[in-house]
Amino acid sequence: MAKRIDIKDVNIYYGKFHAVDSVTLSVPPRSVTAFIGPSGCGKSTVLRSLNRMHEVTPGARVEGRVLLDGEDIYAPSVDPVEVRRTIGMVFQRPNPFPTMSIRDNVVAGLKLAGVRNRKKLDEVCERSLRGANLWEEVKDRLDRPGGGLSGGQQQRLCIARAIAVQPDVLLMDEPCSALDPISTLAIEDLITELKQDFTIVIVTHNMQQAARVSDQTAFFNLAGVGQPGRLVEVDDTEKIFSNPSQKATEDYISGRFG
Amino acid sequence: MTTAMMDLERPATGPTFQGVSAGRKAKNVLATTLVTLAFLLAVVPLVWVLWSVVEKGLEPILRADWWSHSLSGLRPYEDMGGAYHAIYGTVVQGLTTALLSVPIGVMVGVYLVEYGTGTRLARITTFMVDILTGVPSIVAGLFIYALWITIFGFSRSALAVSLALLLLMVPVVVRTTEEMLRIVPNELREASYALGIPKWKTIVKVVLPTALSGIVTGIMLGLARVMGETAPALVVGAYAPYINFNVFDGNMANLPLLMNDQFANPETAGFNRTWGAAMTLVLIIMLFNLLATVISRWSAIKK
Repeated sequence: MAKRIDIKDVNIYYGKFHAVDSVTLSVPPRSVTAFIGPSGCGKSTVLRSLNRMHEVTPGARVEGRVLLDGEDIYAPSVDPVEVRRTIGMVFQRPNPFPTMSIRDNVVAGLKLAGVRNRKKLDEVCERSLRGANLWEEVKDRLDRPGGGLSGGQQQRLCIARAIAVQPDVLLMDEPCSALDPISTLAIEDLITELKQDFTIVIVTHNMQQAARVSDQTAFFNLAGVGQPGRLVEVDDTEKIFSNPSQKATEDYISGRFG
Repeated sequence: MTTAMMDLERPATGPTFQGVSAGRKAKNVLATTLVTLAFLLAVVPLVWVLWSVVEKGLEPILRADWWSHSLSGLRPYEDMGGAYHAIYGTVVQGLTTALLSVPIGVMVGVYLVEYGTGTRLARITTFMVDILTGVPSIVAGLFIYALWITIFGFSRSALAVSLALLLLMVPVVVRTTEEMLRIVPNELREASYALGIPKWKTIVKVVLPTALSGIVTGIMLGLARVMGETAPALVVGAYAPYINFNVFDGNMANLPLLMNDQFANPETAGFNRTWGAAMTLVLIIMLFNLLATVISRWSAIKK
């Protein structure tokens, strides 16, 4: 199940613009790694390069290697669709499929991959919704549209949808930034539970959140305007928030940044 | 006593909020009047047209023969028979056109939005579709006449009419599909990709269903427009007063052609048939619009 990720000397470009400069970083399995840093420093871009979502944007490309348990996901023979099936993603804004019911949203990944067995789909639906702590709230209205849920419920629905395909890694791009504190707490608890089964990478602007949920924290920063973003340092979360080795990190987490 | 109190309570500066000035009131009345007049001006002809059609066309279409008989073998002054042949023609030609142009139009729209963004081919296609949108219907008719009948040597037929109508309908479908696909949020596509769903399946199962209600409305509007076209039918098809079920060969009537033919008939029968056909055409198009509303309601995104 959970696999480790090794990012080796990754450079990311949008057309001619060099967005991220030479990131090297390891994410151990069954752990939560948080990416923090100011806006535009490339943390989301790095995250999106981990499941080859980056290249969906026209003109975008990635150089370097991203290894999933030693296997390069950018090798020429690798199908990006397979990569994304193995490395799931949850987005900043909850994005359930508006034409589908709650049940169909959860099993969308399996159903569109051709799984027809109704019993199996129902099983996966219940397991995933339980996994996302949403089952009790929606079990009586699985046939209702997913768009009718509250923002926090929609985000947990999206997490259920992502874990339904049983990925090895779960990427989360600011999953709580559109949610109220109660829903945020629910998602953070969920992340701590999901850590048992998945390798999780989460981008967040909320440093308390990074401190609460993550085992390892990576701080990204910009060298200057128009310069590519880069990884300043990565270490145990406790160390980053108590005694970082770089001055820039300390300035950022203590609010003296910029 | 009370007045003195009120005077004391009044603040030294003037009130923050003042009454509406006379100038603004006058402008408001003027603008309201103009807008209302414009609305009435637009509604009057519409109601008038509908009223004329209903007044003159209702009686003929209430006869039982109207829906079940053609005008085959009838003299111009014999006020009997019906429009069955033309109703059949209008519906069949419309549906043939839709059957051919919907797949082409939707696929071109999908290409433009999902695959061709920014490419040279997409730019050329958009340009061509824009030009095609402005092509007068008689030009489409002449083009199909030259291509289908003169060069390829086929005979005039309902199919040829449908091909000419296709040229008019495809741009409408392309445009609508394109616009509807563009407003589907990119986040939905990414959500689908992130589940390991291939691009084509994302388009078929996520993007198109999300845009479906808008696309259906566009198709129905295109169909309504095409069914009322007379010019291409005059050029590549031809009126026949009898029933012709064969789409591929022979003259086949449709409602505009029937009107065009009977308009020249000075008898009362001609008058009745012309207006009856007009009424029928309005009814059919209304029916299709109603159908479009039902389908787009049914396929709309539910909350």
